[in-house]
Parts: sequence; C-alpha cells; structure tokens
Amino acid sequence: MQDIDIADLKKITELIFQKYRYDFRNYAMSSFKRRVLRILELKKLTVETLLKKLNDTPGFIYEFLDELTVNVTEMFRDPGFWRILREEIIPGILLNHKQFKIWHAGCSSGEEVVSMCIMLKEMGILQDVNLIASDLDTNILERAKAATYTLKNMELNEKNYIRFQGTTNLKEYYTEENGNAVFDKSLLANVSFRKHDLVMGEVFNKFDLILCRNVMIYFNQTLQNEVLKKFHESLFKYGYLAIGSKESLIWCDYASRFIVVNNEEKIYKKIKD
Amino acid sequence: MNKFNLNNSYKAVVIGGSAGSFQGMIKILSQLPKNFPLPIIMALHRLKHVRHGFVEALSIKSVVPVTEPYDKEPVKKGGVYLAPANYHMSVELGHTFALSTEEMINNSRPAIDITLSSCAYVYKDKLIGILLSGANKDGALGMKHITDKGGLTIVQEPTECMIETMPKSALAITKIDHVLKVDQIVEFLKELDKQYK
Repeated sequence: MQDIDIADLKKITELIFQKYRYDFRNYAMSSFKRRVLRILELKKLTVETLLKKLNDTPGFIYEFLDELTVNVTEMFRDPGFWRILREEIIPGILLNHKQFKIWHAGCSSGEEVVSMCIMLKEMGILQDVNLIASDLDTNILERAKAATYTLKNMELNEKNYIRFQGTTNLKEYYTEENGNAVFDKSLLANVSFRKHDLVMGEVFNKFDLILCRNVMIYFNQTLQNEVLKKFHESLFKYGYLAIGSKESLIWCDYASRFIVVNNEEKIYKKIKD
Repeated sequence: MNKFNLNNSYKAVVIGGSAGSFQGMIKILSQLPKNFPLPIIMALHRLKHVRHGFVEALSIKSVVPVTEPYDKEPVKKGGVYLAPANYHMSVELGHTFALSTEEMINNSRPAIDITLSSCAYVYKDKLIGILLSGANKDGALGMKHITDKGGLTIVQEPTECMIETMPKSALAITKIDHVLKVDQIVEFLKELDKQYK
C-alpha cells in the first residue's frame, strides 16, 4: 500500500472544491486518506493521474464521489436503537402531532430508510409520515430508490430484524429476483429522495426527527459544528436527532441546545432555539 | 538492569489480537503498573453485533478501567482503550480517536491494520506495537508500518500462541524487535514504566 501526504490530499480537495463545489477540506483526515488511497488502488492511479482525471474527464467526479463516500450500512443496524424509536421516540412525537416529518441525512443505499418505513408500517402510521432521504452521491441515491439489496446481505438484515422484534418476517416485504431482495416499492411511497450535500447545502425544511447515524464521524470537529448547526435549524423545537452509538455531541458548539434522551442509542432532543 | 534497552521517549502502546489473545490480554492488563504513563490502544477482533460484555470482561481484571472511545474523544495518557464493536478505530494527528464504518478489512471491523497503521502515522518512532495470538493476517501490515516509521515492535512468541498465524504473518513481512511470551511482555511494560518514574 502506498502512502499519501497531507499536501497531496490538500491538492485533491482544493481541486474538487474549486472545480465542482464539493468541500472535503474538513473531512476527518484518517478516513479521508484511506478513502483516497483506496481509489488510487481501485482505479490504478497515482496522485498526479488522479488530479489530471478529476480536472480533465467530465463525469469522473461522480465515480470518485461514489467510491469516496462510505456506503456500508445495514437494515435495522443496532436493533436496540430501532426498538427505542418504536417504543419511546415516535410515540413521543405522536403525542403532539398526528403527522410528522423525518429526514434521513446521508441515507447511502437506503437500508435505514427501508427499515424506517417497515417500522412505521408495522406501527400503522406509515401514511402519516413524510420522509426525506438525502445523500450527496447521486449513484447511491439511485440504489436507495431501487431498494434492492443482494441476498448475501439479507442474512444479517434478517438477524437484525429479529432482534428488533418486528411483527412479521422481513421476507414479507421483498421478493427475490436474480440474487437480489427487491423491496416492495409501496413502502417508499412517502419518501422523497433528494441530492443534498450536508457541507455545502442549505437548510431546506423543518423536521420532527433527523437520523444521521455514522455520517458525521467522517467530518472533523469544525465541520461537525457547522453541520450540527444546520441540523439544529432543521429541527422543530423538541425535535429529535439520532446519531451513531459511538458518536457524541459533547465536543460540539451547539451541544447545550440539545439534551440526551437516550445515551445508549445516542438520541438527542432540541430544547433551545 | 535495562534488559530491553528502553527509554522514556515513547508516547503510546498499541496492541492487536484475535483468536486466543483474550487470556494474554487479561494477563497484561491485570499486571499493568499503577499509573502507567502511556495510553494503551487495543484493537481486538470481536463479535460485530455484540456491543456489550467485552469491555466489561477486560475491565474486571484490568488495573485501569478499559473504555471504548467515542469518535473525537481525546487520547489521554494512562487511558486504556478498546476499539468498539463494528467500528474501525484510528488516531488522528491531533491525538483524538476517529471511528469509521468503512468496509471490513481481513474480514474484520475493527481491523487491527487500521488502528496500528494510523498510530504508526501519528506517533512514528514514539510508538510501541504489540501483536498477540490470532488466526488471520490482520495486523501484519500495521506492524510493518510501525517498523517503517521507526517504532518498536513485539509479537507474542508463536509457540505460546493458541493460534500463531497472526504473529507469524507479521514476522514474515517485517523486522520485529522482540518475540516474547506474555509474561515477558508484562516484564517489558514494567521496565518501560520505570523509565518514566
């Protein structure tokens, strides 16, 4: 494995920022470096040829983004988290609103979106919820819309679903086609998929619940602060923010505007404007 | 007296282990000198979907409670850290932990290579890397990176390992400073501790 120095990483992020207006300059260094090294290896490039390709080849940026962003996810990842959503958080929202809005920020290939829709359906409220699923990578958004996952991954997804204690069998929600599990599209009827960049994008709506699990770990502290500010603005007062189980807001500027409602599953509530 | 020819320039100890490393790890943690001056950063293969139990099992016998760091948590002197389930764990240049959910490496998440390599990059020749028993080659490349940056490397004596693949893989691809039994690793850490008193 070759190494890459910080000066070269800066050349790459500067070029992408100047030319394409994606800003990776405040990504966490350790993972960003690994992602770039991985791309060099996959595409058989050097730093010089990568820079040239980013500069000269139209469309290559999308290929680059697709490989750069981490698209490893599971359905019902952390089943305990989903149980808390079903048993505490969503009932809490329903006390005040019969209809509400959820944002999956950085939805990747959509496993959590499908999980959410299945859960809401089992709760009998899917028709009352408006969901927005966003990602900066358009290729991955297409995959999320297709809600099609290789059967190889379904074993884990089904195990998670069983631990989540869903009301039926996960198989009820998909059909098998050519080695894939194709989920019932009617599940996603209330989901709008939207290309949105958490770093450069504007606040576009207000939500009762935002899920952004294991996304901000790829940002440095400066960028985390900025993104948390956007989430704060995108939440109704007393709205909820869910982050990954090993993420924490305590080092963020806006932390004091939230309280922890579930520390184990890292679910926060906005308490101050 | 200074059998391992140590000095007090080191800033961190990083340890990797897999199948058969648990007892050795317990032995090391239970005999760690009080107020050990360096952070101990552990990447041990573990069940991906079991979040609880492992850190508690290590903590019971450990002189210092073991914690699973949060993303962005500062690395503290004397802290004993374990890579959490289903996350890769790195150290950043500013000496904070960074977690990630990237693809598995060597079929593992946490991957030992990621933790070792990131520590090698950050601590350079001020790092001690230790690789214990295990059934695959994860950690070998990370040990090579530690050697390449001038750090000190130790593998568990293969004959003592329940499964010797891991230390043997490291020995095959890089220079290892010491091949030690767990008891000798304990002795090594005690001697290291003395350099700071």
